[in-house]
Amino acid sequence: MKKASYIACKDASFSYEGTTVVSGIDFELERGDYLCVVGENGSGKSTLVHGLLGLKQPCTGEIQRAEELCKGAVGYLPQQRALQRSFPTSVMEVVLSGRLSSKGFFSFYNKHDRSLACEVLEKLEISSLASCVFGELSGGQQQRVLLARALVAASDGLKLLILDEPMNGLDPHSKQELYELIAKLNKEGLTLVMVTHDVNAAVSAANKILLLDSKQEFFGSTHDFQHTARGRDLMRDSCGGHCAVCGLAVHDHD
Amino acid sequence: MIDVLTNMLSYGFIQRALIVGLLVSVCAALLGVSLVLKRFSMIGDGLAHVGFGSLAVATAFNAAPLAVSLPVTVLAAFLLLRLSERGRIKGDAALALVSASAVAIGVFVISMTSGMNTDVDNYLFGSILSLSSGDVILSVALCLIVLACFILLYNRIFAVVFDEAYARATGMPVNVYTTVLALLTALTIVVGMRLMGALLISSLIIFPALSSMNINRRFKSVSICAVGVSVVCYLIGITLSFVLATPVGATIVLVNLAVFILSLGTRWLRAFARSQRVK
Repeated sequence: MKKASYIACKDASFSYEGTTVVSGIDFELERGDYLCVVGENGSGKSTLVHGLLGLKQPCTGEIQRAEELCKGAVGYLPQQRALQRSFPTSVMEVVLSGRLSSKGFFSFYNKHDRSLACEVLEKLEISSLASCVFGELSGGQQQRVLLARALVAASDGLKLLILDEPMNGLDPHSKQELYELIAKLNKEGLTLVMVTHDVNAAVSAANKILLLDSKQEFFGSTHDFQHTARGRDLMRDSCGGHCAVCGLAVHDHD
Repeated sequence: MIDVLTNMLSYGFIQRALIVGLLVSVCAALLGVSLVLKRFSMIGDGLAHVGFGSLAVATAFNAAPLAVSLPVTVLAAFLLLRLSERGRIKGDAALALVSASAVAIGVFVISMTSGMNTDVDNYLFGSILSLSSGDVILSVALCLIVLACFILLYNRIFAVVFDEAYARATGMPVNVYTTVLALLTALTIVVGMRLMGALLISSLIIFPALSSMNINRRFKSVSICAVGVSVVCYLIGITLSFVLATPVGATIVLVNLAVFILSLGTRWLRAFARSQRVK
């Protein structure tokens, strides 16, 4: 039986002020998928993210969303910026602010919001940081806090989480931990879309790959991606060069 | 000491200045935290200049000062935000443009009509005598509106100031909140300007927030402490100005400056103590 698709892009293109940034995006995302969007800087990855979040409408084609993906069921971890370093705020304040998207114009946090925030902090193993100052945490801890903020957005569980280059600026150890954490969330049933430029990490983490370079270059399973010429090149550029699935060196495996 | 206070409070104009001033201090401190963090500090200054321009024009044409400067300043707040969002003229340049023009228009109009007089001086540097009892009622109403909006929108304002990109991505109407913030600032400035003076009112927005951020690291405690700092500085300032017969606006700013330096000292001492502990 075919699984219901969560998000389907039908030959979508996006443009800014008349100039097409990325075109020909055509893929389907199913429940429980872990999709990595890879490509160089300026290849249209962030634009696609805006499209998936519903902030930007495609200029041609369309994006279809399943009904479950209503407001609040899609979480977002934006690219990190330096400005938050000196911002006076506690971890709890940051996490609670994630609740706002499912609230009305005027909004105060209630008991439910607080218990939800505590639950998520527990799940991400950062309960002990709840009253810490956000700006004094390490980069990896800050990302976990922002992940927590994304996770609390939906009261009845998040369905889809979109991560925009979450590993930027993290040391290898924190990266590894964050990858493991994200993989755990995916195993628990959360559908993931992660933008990254680390192709090798994408290949070992995700089950589907979308390669962009001003247009869609590839979409398919991770295994298939490793056996395309382009995929091999991109992976050899970094290191290794062995198919993560069948273990063969990718250049003599066709 | 008690004598001085009872003597001071027996004057009607001091009572009025206390009521309005304290409310303005509270509003300015609350808004100030968000404005400083959002790098909007100079909007207060720009709006105060616009306020001065409109007050001067109102005086020249014998119109009610608040009735003219209120809509003009609110409009300017709108305009300043739009100008800085469009990006053709950078935000700080747009501010300088608008504030200089507003002051120039004010001075020009007033010298064509009544000439530079004590009224103008009072608008620039503030006067404790400037508030009538009608002004007090209007000021109290405006301040209460500002306070109510701020408290009701507190969590949203935090979200927008902390991470605008995320707020936008989750469908929050970020521009609405930024505009509300600017409008509330405009109201606070118009009300506080005649007491503190156009040149000094923005300090009421910036100083308490900065002092408070030196000693607190959480948004809620920063906000509450800023209100405390602002109110205490206002009370000390107005008492000093009464005793020493100095202009009230300048005295309050100097008290704020002293508190800021103290808070900076506290912060350095703490950082020093921490580095010693690490060693």
